[in-house]
Parts: sequence; structure tokens; C-alpha cells
Amino acid sequence: MANKLIELVNISKTYGDNVVLDDLNLYFNENKFLTLLGPSGCGKTTTLRIMGGFETPDTGSVLFQGKDIKSIPPNHRPLNTVFQKYALFTHMTVADNIAFGLKIKKKSKAYIQDKIKYALKLVNLDGFENRMPDSLSGGQQQRIAIARAIVNEPKVLLLDEPLGALDLKLRQDMQYELIRLKNELGITFVYVTHDQEEALTMSDTIVVMNQGYIQQIGSPEDIYNEPENAFVADFIGESNILSATMVEDKLVNILGVNFPCVDTGFGQNKPVDVVIRPEDIDFVAPDEGQLKGRVTSLIFKGVHYEMEVMANGFEWLVHSTDMQPVGTEVGMKVDPFDIQIMNKPTSEDEEAVKVDE
Amino acid sequence: MKKFFKYLYLVLIFIFLYAPIATLVVLSFNRSKSRVRWGGFSLRWYDQLFGSSTIMTALYNTLLIAFLSALIATIIGTMAAIGINKMKKVPKSIVMGVNNIPLLNGEIVTGISLMLCFIAFGISLGFKTVLIAHITFNIPYVILSVMPKLKQITPGTYEAALDLGATPTYAFFKVIFPELLPGILSGYLLAFTMSLDDFIITHFTRGAGINTLSTLIYSEVRRGIKPTMYALSTLLFVSVLVLLLFINRPVKPKKKKN
Amino acid sequence: MNKKFFATPYIIWMTGFTIIPLLLILYYGLTDKTGAFTIDNIVSIATPEHAKALFLSIGLALISTLICLILAYPLAMILKSLQVNQNRFIVFLFILPMWMNFLLRTMAWQTLLENQGVINAIFRFLGLPQMKLINTSYAIIFGMVYNFLPFMILPIYNVLIKISDDIINAAKDLGANQFQVFLKIIFPLTLPGVISGITMVFIPALTTFVISNLLGGGKILLIGNVIEQEFTFSGNWHLGSGLSLVLMIFILVSMALLAKYDKNGEGTVF
Repeated sequence: MANKLIELVNISKTYGDNVVLDDLNLYFNENKFLTLLGPSGCGKTTTLRIMGGFETPDTGSVLFQGKDIKSIPPNHRPLNTVFQKYALFTHMTVADNIAFGLKIKKKSKAYIQDKIKYALKLVNLDGFENRMPDSLSGGQQQRIAIARAIVNEPKVLLLDEPLGALDLKLRQDMQYELIRLKNELGITFVYVTHDQEEALTMSDTIVVMNQGYIQQIGSPEDIYNEPENAFVADFIGESNILSATMVEDKLVNILGVNFPCVDTGFGQNKPVDVVIRPEDIDFVAPDEGQLKGRVTSLIFKGVHYEMEVMANGFEWLVHSTDMQPVGTEVGMKVDPFDIQIMNKPTSEDEEAVKVDE
Repeated sequence: MKKFFKYLYLVLIFIFLYAPIATLVVLSFNRSKSRVRWGGFSLRWYDQLFGSSTIMTALYNTLLIAFLSALIATIIGTMAAIGINKMKKVPKSIVMGVNNIPLLNGEIVTGISLMLCFIAFGISLGFKTVLIAHITFNIPYVILSVMPKLKQITPGTYEAALDLGATPTYAFFKVIFPELLPGILSGYLLAFTMSLDDFIITHFTRGAGINTLSTLIYSEVRRGIKPTMYALSTLLFVSVLVLLLFINRPVKPKKKKN
Repeated sequence: MNKKFFATPYIIWMTGFTIIPLLLILYYGLTDKTGAFTIDNIVSIATPEHAKALFLSIGLALISTLICLILAYPLAMILKSLQVNQNRFIVFLFILPMWMNFLLRTMAWQTLLENQGVINAIFRFLGLPQMKLINTSYAIIFGMVYNFLPFMILPIYNVLIKISDDIINAAKDLGANQFQVFLKIIFPLTLPGVISGITMVFIPALTTFVISNLLGGGKILLIGNVIEQEFTFSGNWHLGSGLSLVLMIFILVSMALLAKYDKNGEGTVF
């Protein structure tokens, strides 16, 4: 297909005995903000480095606009990378750092000057041309690293946990900054992070990875509201994950109680996993709920209270603005569309998906 | 192919560095006294070695000076590094500049300047003056080994120890000292090695009464060096090699559990 | 107690045994035997005999330093590419030879360089012409390179291993090929190490009198030999000190020139 910008086909990579990527397939289109999300060691950085050309996959191919670029060295690839620790050239000024790629492409002096000015303006660091990288703060260094990459007008910008070393406030500012940059430049960003909030905030598409496998690909809403398995549900946000039995279509038995739900096609009396988000549990009078339990802990979180409720032998996590003191007997209700049903992992590959409890 | 050339180059350099050592080891087993003719295998030089009081005295002097000068230089140097680290920028750069003088001057200048100094102040040349001279050129090496470790110390640990009720002295020995220890040890080892291998500075500061191995060898150069020297060097070299190989023995990395 | 005072014994020591001795050289160098001020000792560097020794020393030291640099740089790159995480072990391999006495090691080269020695035997075996090596300037250069090579390798290796792969990858990512990466990134970043290497080789090579004595057969006089003889045989300390002052000026000037390139003073040997 013409609009596939980059496509990874059957990519595998092992280091010694350690399988980092196992038969990975992934493609994305132009002008997208794509995020590879997962815990450390899930293979997300390796995937990025394979696109950048810093790692060679053991098998499979890397297609750029339909052409295999697997054997093209990084200096000839039409994409640029922003490295985790910025990797600025400490012996050069900011201007020389930004000009590096352009000088190699033998652009004219005037063109380079214009580009430096433009890039510094874009990252809000006008007038920093003659500073040395060492004299800049972490956030400023990060902006320079981005400026250095984008002046080369790559079709794709690869970003490897670029905000990892910044403090919370600066991270949030930079998140908006990156979204703005992406929209102004009109190019594709491939972003690697282990921070689910960052992923939900910035991405058009999120690729959730674990132990070398892609767990789910989807929009931030899809990933959050309809996780395909227990791993995704647990990794993205907080949740109650339980084993349950699908009695029939639209009816699931959780801890001995039958809950109406909206899912169909799982068969009859099949074991499944269910996810219920803590904010989707509503408190009602003790005898009016589907479940009855006792509050065991209460923490004030600012926008809501976080409570744990012991009911039917399970500690339920509940987020609510409706405060219930410890020891209170409460009833709990869950709307059918708030219950997300997932298949249990069956094959060995899918075992990787299982949450460590 | 590229890898082959890399290793070839590496091997050639190591042959270059170790060829004279191999030569000396071979010569130490040579029955003939000649440096160029092989007269058959013999242990006679090793036999004679332990009977030679000149060599044994020189060996004793060499080792004692190396041990003492490295020890004293390590104490003065480590304290100095801690003190310098706390100094303000300008005095710090002046002191570090002075620290570099013995490294930059060339050993001959250090040697003769110390000799002039000892004579000018009426200190007779002998064991004492050699020791002082060795301490002088060893201190900078210790400082250069300890300084980087001092800068790497995790900030706040000393304060944390004080906060938990430690006295400054206790905090220093329990918290700062262990972090400096690798630097101090490598400084000591370096100082010891430098002292052991020194000839030029010893040559100028020793006077007539005392010999180290270096000066003894130098005085024998014209007459021809006795192969007992080769035997001694071989023994020294092999014992250090064994010792250092033992210290640096590869530790099997523990297998990581997944 | 203020920790600054920990440096006091050191400052006293350095004053007594580094600064005062240097002032004494200055005093001797600028006076004659009667104690009167003179610049004759310094000017005597211009006599043909002394000037020849000085220029020969500078020449041989420059050549040796250059050879060391050419040999050491690729070696340091290879050592880095091996990715041995035991870099202490590598340092140890280069320090180890020092445990065999420096004079003996240099003497051993006599055996190897001799007309009937091992090197010529190898040449003979390869069908190459025999070379007279011993007692020539070549032998002295050989000895200098041999003795001082580790002091070039270690500082370069030490800065080289600190360059992160990300920096190199970033340069490649921006379009640089192998050669450009080396020229624009790796070499400039190793400059402090190169400069300390040059210092650590050039100075001992410039001032040595032992290597020229052992491998030059006593026929080739370097400035170090001249100074040494003034102190041990001729007993003219004033002349010896004057020539030492000239030598120190040379060292100072060359270090000042080099210091321009090493702004941060990052290069260290150990």
C-alpha cells in the first residue's frame, strides 16, 4: 500500500539466549504520532534502533515506502533520531551541533544559517547559537537535540524516551511542545516511552509491547477502554483484573455473581479475564448493589478518593468522589458496558502477556 | 578479515612491548655469560643470586624505598587531595599547577634540583635523600589517582552519616574513605611501581654509599651486566605477574535470572 | 576542623622539595663559580656542541612522539572495539613491563638490535638487507618509542572509552560516514588524551640521557647527556643548571602551545 510509510515485517532479534523481539510486524502511515509503550526490556527501544539502523534484525525486513532499507547504514536513512541522553556533541557550539547534518550534506552557508535560526525558533531557543551544550539545562539540551534532528527534514523522527531525564513539570510542558512540533512539521514521530500517561497524552496510535511481543495497537481511547488482555489493562492505568466465567453471551460470572455485560462470542461457560476500571464502580446502598462489601482503606488523591473494598474474597479498587470511611458497609454496582471481557492466554507466546501478580 | 588485522596489530604491539622481557628471561637461563650466544640451559645465575650480598642489599634498598616512599606519598597525597578538593578555585588551580611540576619537568631536572637542594642545606646524600626524592615525585601520582574518586563520591552521603549521629571522624572513615579506597590503592600501586622503576632521580640523589637495583645495573653497564641481574629481574617479574593475575582473575559473572 | 588544612603537609613538602630546589637551579644557572651574576651559562647553549645536542634531542623526541602517536591511536581504537569491560586489566598489561627494570629492558634491546641480533636475523630470514641499528639514532628512537609508548596509549584509551556509542550513533544518524565520524567527532573528543599523551612522551624523550647512553653507545650526545656530565663528571653545576633552565623553557613553551588545545584539562593518564 502506498501510504504505509514504514513497515516492519517478521522482525526477530536475539542477544545470546535472550529473545528481544519475536516475529514482530508493524506498520504506520505519514504524519502520525506513534508511541511504542511498554515496561523496560519489552523490546521497544530495540524496535526503534532497528528503524534507525543501529541494530540489524536477525530476520525480517524494514520497509520504507515499500523499499527494504535493512542493509542501508544509518547515515543514509531518511530518518533521524533523538537519543535518550541527547548525545549532543559537547565539543561544538549549539549552532555547530544543529549544522552538523547539513554540513555533511554540503548545503550552502546561507541555507544552513537560515535553518539554524528556524530550528532554534521552533524549539523556543532563539539566540542560543554560540552556547556550549554543557552550559544548558536538561530541557534545553533536549530541545537542541530535537532541533539538530529536524533541520535534516526527516520523513520520520525517532525519539527514544526523550523526556526520561526531565522533571515532572518540564516533562508536561515538553509533551505539549512535541505535539505542536509534530503538527507544525507534518512528519511522523515514533516515540518510545514506558510512561503510560505520556503515551495517552501525545499519541495518535499506541503500540503496547511486552517481552518482545506486540500486545495491542490502537488509539489511546481504545487501549484504555478496551484493553485486549490483562497485561494491557494492568499496564495502562489502574484496574481490577479478575478471573471469571462467561456464562453465555452478555452474561459473566464474577466471584459467584452474575453480571450483565455487552460482550458476545466467547462461548458458554468459558473461563475469561475481566477488567473493571476503579472509576467505573459505583457505590449504592449495601443491599441495592450487585456486590456487598466493607471499606478497608481510604486515601485522598485530590480529584477523587481511592478506596479498597473487600467483597466476595477480592480486594476491589474503587475511585470515587463519594467518600466512604473505613469500616463502612457498601454496595457496589457496575454498568454492563464498563465490564471488559478478555480471552485467557492459551498458547505459550501469549503467556508473555500474563501479569506477574 | 578486518578482525584479523585488528588482532594482528594488537599481537605485534604486545610482542614489541614484551620482547625485551622475554629476552631477559631467556638470558637468565643461559649458561654462557654472553648476551648473544646461547651456552645451554643452566640455573647457575639463580644459584649465585642469593649469595651476592651486593645484589641482595640493593634489592633490599629498592624494595624498602619503594614501600616507604609509596606509603608516605599515599598518606600525604590522599590528605592533600581532600584538602585541595575543598579549596576555592584560584588556590586550587595554583596548587594543582605546582602538583604538575614534577610530572612536566623531566626527571633530570627534578633529580638535579633536589640534589642541589640537599647539598645547599647540608643534608648528606644517602638513603634518606633518595627516600625524600621518591616521596616527592610520587605524591603527584597519588593525587591524580585519588582526585577523580573524590569527585565521584555520591553527594550527601557524608551529611547523611552526620545526620544519623556519626561524628565527623567516624563518618569519614565509614563513608568517604571506602569510596576513596580504590583510588588510594591504585595510587599506592602506581607510586610503588614508579619508585621501583626509577633510575634518573635516584642517580642524582643517592650519593656514593647506597645502591638500588637501578643504580647497580647502571654502574655495571660498562663492565657488562652480570646475568644474576637477569635472574633477579625474572623472579621479580614473574612474582608480580602471578600476583596481579591473581588479583585480576576473571570472576565468572553470575547468571541472571529472568 | 576545616578540611582545607589537610593539604598543609603537602604544601610544605612541595614548597621544600619542589619550589625551593627549582629556585636553586635558577640561582645556579644565573651565577658563576664566584657567585656573581652572569648569563654565560644560558648563552652557552649557542655553542655548536650544545646547540647540536639540543636540536638532536628535540628532533629525536619529536620523531619518537609522532611514532608513538601513530602506533598508539589505532591501538587504542582497537582496544575500545574489543569492548573488554575489564579496562583495569588492559591498563595493567601496559604497566606490567615496568616491573622489570627499565635499564635492563633497554639493555635487552641491545641484544635484539645487535648486528648479529634477533632483528637482523629476522631480516636475514626474510631476505632483507642487514641494517646497522645499534649505536645509531635509530636505536635511540627505538628505545624511546619502546619505553614511552604506554604513556601515549593509556591517556588516549582512557578518553576514548568515555565516548558513548550514542554520540557516535547520533553523528551517523545525521549522515556522517565512518571517516566523517572519526574526523569530526571521535578525534576532537580525544584531543585531551592525545595532548596528555604527547606531553607524557615528549618530555621524558627530550630529557633522557639513559636511553642515548645505553643504545647510542656513548657516541651520541643529547642535551640530557650534556647536563648529566656537567653534574657528574665535569662538576660545573652552574653550567649544568643554566642548560637545565634552557630545557625547562623549551618544555614550558611547548606545553603552553599544547594547552591551547586542551581547554578543560580533561586528559589524564590514570
